[in-house]
Amino acid sequence: MIAELGLALLWIAAALACLSLVAGTLFLRGGPKDLAALVRPASVAQGVLTAAAFGLLIALFVRSDMSVELVARNSNSLKPMIFKVAGTWGNHEGSMLLWLMILSLSGGLIAIFEKRLREDTLVATLAAQAALSLGFFAFLLFSSNPFKRLPVAPPDGQGLNPLLQDIGLAFHPPTLYVGYVGLSVAFSFAVGALITREIGPAFARAMRPWVLGSWIFLTLGITAGSYWAYYELGWGGWWFWDPVENVSLIPWLAGAALLHSVAVTATRNALRAWTVMLAVIGFSMSMVGTFIVRSGLLTSVHSFAVDPERGTFLLALMAIYIGGALTLFALRAGSVAEGKKFALLSREGSLVINNLLLTTILALVLLGTLYPIVAEAMGEKISVGPPYYNKVAGPLALILCLVMVAGPLLGWRKDDGKRLWSRLPMAIFAGAAVLFALILFGGKVGILPLLGMTVAGIVAVASLAPLWGRNLRRTPLPTWGMVTAHFGVAVCLAGMGAESAFIKERLVAAAPGDVVKVGDFAVKFVGVKPIAGPNYTAIEGTLVATTSSGGSFTMRPEARTFPGLMGTAPTETNEAALLTRPGGQLYAVLGQPVTSDDGSADRYQIRLWWKPLVWWIWLGGALIAIGAALSLLGRAQLLNIWRARRSRKSQERFAP
Amino acid sequence: MKAKHQRLILALVALCGIAGAGVLAASALRDEAAYFRTPVEIQGGKAAVGEPMRLGGMVTKGSIQRQADGLTIRFVATDGKASVPVEYKGIVPDLFGEESGMVADGRMRADGTFVADRILAKHDERYMPPQMGDMPKNVKAPAGV
Repeated sequence: MIAELGLALLWIAAALACLSLVAGTLFLRGGPKDLAALVRPASVAQGVLTAAAFGLLIALFVRSDMSVELVARNSNSLKPMIFKVAGTWGNHEGSMLLWLMILSLSGGLIAIFEKRLREDTLVATLAAQAALSLGFFAFLLFSSNPFKRLPVAPPDGQGLNPLLQDIGLAFHPPTLYVGYVGLSVAFSFAVGALITREIGPAFARAMRPWVLGSWIFLTLGITAGSYWAYYELGWGGWWFWDPVENVSLIPWLAGAALLHSVAVTATRNALRAWTVMLAVIGFSMSMVGTFIVRSGLLTSVHSFAVDPERGTFLLALMAIYIGGALTLFALRAGSVAEGKKFALLSREGSLVINNLLLTTILALVLLGTLYPIVAEAMGEKISVGPPYYNKVAGPLALILCLVMVAGPLLGWRKDDGKRLWSRLPMAIFAGAAVLFALILFGGKVGILPLLGMTVAGIVAVASLAPLWGRNLRRTPLPTWGMVTAHFGVAVCLAGMGAESAFIKERLVAAAPGDVVKVGDFAVKFVGVKPIAGPNYTAIEGTLVATTSSGGSFTMRPEARTFPGLMGTAPTETNEAALLTRPGGQLYAVLGQPVTSDDGSADRYQIRLWWKPLVWWIWLGGALIAIGAALSLLGRAQLLNIWRARRSRKSQERFAP
Repeated sequence: MKAKHQRLILALVALCGIAGAGVLAASALRDEAAYFRTPVEIQGGKAAVGEPMRLGGMVTKGSIQRQADGLTIRFVATDGKASVPVEYKGIVPDLFGEESGMVADGRMRADGTFVADRILAKHDERYMPPQMGDMPKNVKAPAGV
């Protein structure tokens, strides 16, 4: 019954989306005012019903109801409960329902909370959001029904991919989805404002929290995904430039650009057309990403759920949404382009440069990601790898960081060069100090890491500059947010530079008692012992790492074996052991036993890496997200009211 | 400065930026795009010795051999039509095994062996490189090719 109920709820929710769209459109075309009153409750109800349907799907996974095809294919009654729940969205249909639920819920949230926009713009926005979700309802109901029953229920399910049984991966996709879908709200706001021609500060202020919110989630999602790939896959890398990674980076870049341009529109009423354009690009990029991942068009080491028919469906949806929005933009752009004027050397000017660089990087990453498809159409099989991306994105990202140094130090509207220079000496000194230190003591360092660490030094100091000489307690939260996020970029950059410049690696076949030197560590291989997990067996190695300063640490990397189910071969995975020190991380992987001629296993493959400052990369990512969150908090109406009330109270207390 | 001039300058800057980025991208694509090769293409003489490339194929059943140093493995990658011997020094990634798809970065050595710098990890046991799509399902190359 649960499955049928879920399906019924989805159909009703789809009907409500249809109602919102039709009522909204009629109202905007001059229909009676009552129609507008329908749109808000319909949007809220649509959100609630879709969420309920998703809840029912989770229930089916929790109960391991194998009569539902999706559960049978992607779950197994032996799985730990948390992964049964996470299995709900660890597959195509479930993740599309999750996507749709977030889309519908955000429509409902706009309907409840948005008070700044004119009524007609709000109705147009909600109608646009309904149109978006309608397309995905069609996609789900006609080509990927998650509640489909099997004629005969199998005794148990198939899905037990051990790699996906990881807490990081369980929560990584929903985080990214919230980010993607948040951009859909920005898209709907842009479409709504284009329809009613209300493009200005009010529209930008309404859109900004959604942009900030989705960007926070995208940042967290990408950071967490990178860390997951690093510790779980055992290859020791943190970014691979794989198409699936790229399609999360591309909307992030669009979001970063939009975040900065929407600030200009909100405070200065400039860059209006550009902000609208970026809002359209942002969501288009998350759709392109979904399309690439779902269609299986690209060679990716982690493509899944490959199905050409679904690809075609998504392509059609994309053509309608992106094409429609761009047409609307072309028709209305003339009437929104003119905004407040500003000089090139000004906060606005630096943000324009920031936007140009971000969109250029976006275009280059997109080009590299899509190029193999184009090449394949012309009969060539090609895959674009890390060397391309490092070459094109690296230099541009460094220039972008330098713009980031200057931008926050410039005033709005117009500034002069002298004033900027007078604020920079500390930052330039920091950069020079890093550069000299690296040249003197760093040994052979590649040009990109060298520049990266130097720029990191400059950005670290300059990012704090907006706080100099200010009363820190009265500094507004958005300023703290900007400072934190920009400082996070410096931390991230320093981590990337140091890791790629100073990484040390050893690969050995070690017998118990052997000592391997890597970096500052002497690592002793003590031995191995078998252990048993909840649904796997493993060999656990014991390594004791000692530093020259006398510290001693035990590391336990594992080689796990998951039994094959229903006739599949058993799978083996590595659990790396990580030792986190202030200066970096020691990374140990236990490989295969090495059998000698007499057949006895006396040695084991061990790979050790010393990765200086590597954890700064994710710390930086977290700081960037925290910065964006501070900025969002500072703009939340509620908090501002609370702050105002508190300061009034404290004034009363100190009044004579 | 007049607004018109300013917009012109901005447009020019943007144009230069885009042109520069285009040139950068084109040259980087020409230099760095690693060619994806399948064994049949390598046998057909499509891959030059020493040229960096990515090889995709299935690990032939029974072909994995460990060398005496305990770190180097040799195996045979096949696409059902042709086979290429592969040599790799290191720990194989998760889900690597006989009769499963694999992708490796590396280059051809003059003796016809593909030397892999890295074998790519994959996230799903059902994964197959799309380039292998034209390969018949469940290829079972004769053991020990």
